[in-house]
Amino acid sequence: MKKNILTDLALTFMKIGFFTFGGGYAMIAMIENNCVERKKWITHDEMMNVTVIAESTPGPIAINCATFVGYKQAGFIGSLVATLGIVLPSFAVIYAISMFLDNFLEIAVIANAFKGIKIAVGVLILDAAVTMIKKMHNKVVPKAIMACSAVAMLLINIFALNFSSISLMIVAACVSLTIFCVQSKKGGAK
Amino acid sequence: MILLDLFIGFLRVGCFAFGGAYGAIPLIRDVVLSYGWLTDEALTYMIAVAESTPGPIMVNLATYVGSSQAGIFGAILATTAVVLPSFIIILLVMAVLKNLLKNKYVQAILRGLKPCVIGIVLATGVYMIAKNALPIMPGATFNVKSFGLTIVLLGLMFGSKKLIGKKISPIMLIVISAILGAIVYAI
Repeated sequence: MKKNILTDLALTFMKIGFFTFGGGYAMIAMIENNCVERKKWITHDEMMNVTVIAESTPGPIAINCATFVGYKQAGFIGSLVATLGIVLPSFAVIYAISMFLDNFLEIAVIANAFKGIKIAVGVLILDAAVTMIKKMHNKVVPKAIMACSAVAMLLINIFALNFSSISLMIVAACVSLTIFCVQSKKGGAK
Repeated sequence: MILLDLFIGFLRVGCFAFGGAYGAIPLIRDVVLSYGWLTDEALTYMIAVAESTPGPIMVNLATYVGSSQAGIFGAILATTAVVLPSFIIILLVMAVLKNLLKNKYVQAILRGLKPCVIGIVLATGVYMIAKNALPIMPGATFNVKSFGLTIVLLGLMFGSKKLIGKKISPIMLIVISAILGAIVYAI
C-alpha cells in the first residue's frame, strides 16, 4: 500500500513537472487539477492554504506545493519523492539543452532570433513587476519600500555597485520590522 | 572550489527567492554575474529557454548554470541547493512551526520583503529593456533596430489585452520576438 502511494506520487508529480510550461502559477493549476480533483490527496482549502504559505516562503511555488502534498500523503519520504518527481523532468530537459546550446547559437539565424528574444525577456520581467504592483494593497509604507527598492536597484545596476539584491531585501525587512515595533509601542502607550 | 561555490550561490538564491520565478531572476543574476559564471547576455538567453521549457524557471536556471560550470555534478548540486530551502521550510512549517507565519514579527518582516522584491523586479525589467533599447552603457551606440523591436514588443505585451481581448502568453511573446529578431537583424 505504502509503496503504491509513493509510486503514484512520483509519477503524478513527474507528469506535472513535464507538462507545465510558464512557471509557478501554471503549475499550481496543474497541481490543483491532479491532486485535488482527480486524486483527492488534499482538499481545495488546503491547496489555497499552501499557496498562501508558498507565497510567504522563499523558493519555487511548485516545489512548496509538491513538498506539502507529499508530506501529507506519506510523511518525509513522500515529500522527498514528490519534490524529486516535480524537479526531475525540467532537470533532464535543461541538462540536455545545456550540452548543445553553444553550438546552436553559432548559427546566424538563431543568433539573430536570440537578439530579439533578449528584448522579449526584459519585457516579460517588466510585465511580471507591473502585475505584482497592481496586486499590491494601496498603502503608503509598502509603496514607499517598493519605490525606494526599485530606485536603489536601478542605481546598483547602472553603476555596477557592489551591493547585492539580498542585502537590499535584508534592509527592507529591518525597516519594516522597525516601523512595526515603533507603531506597536505607540499603540501600547495609548 | 567550483562545486562548493555553486552550492552556496544557489542556496543563497533559494533562501531569498520570494515572489516566484521573476522575483528570483534578479537574485540569480546577482550570483551568476558576481561569480562570473555566465555573461549577462548568456543569462538572458537562458531565461528565455527556461520560460519555454517545462518546470520552475529557478530550477531550470540552476540546472543550466551548474551544468555549464561543472557538468552533471554541478547541475545536481546547483539544483539541489535552489530547492533545499523551500523543501526544508515547508516541512518545518507543517511539522513544527504551524503558527510561525502568523507571528506578528514574522508578518512585519514579510511586509517589508514583499514590496522590496517587487521593486527589485521592476528595476531589473526597466534596466534590461533600457540596456537593449538605449545606449546607457559606456561605449554603446544607439541601435534603431533594437529600439524599434523594443517598442513593438512592449506594445504587444501591454496592448494585447485591448487589441485581441486576451493577454499574450510569455511563450507566444518569445516566439514572436524570435521571428522578428531573425528577420530584423538579418536585414
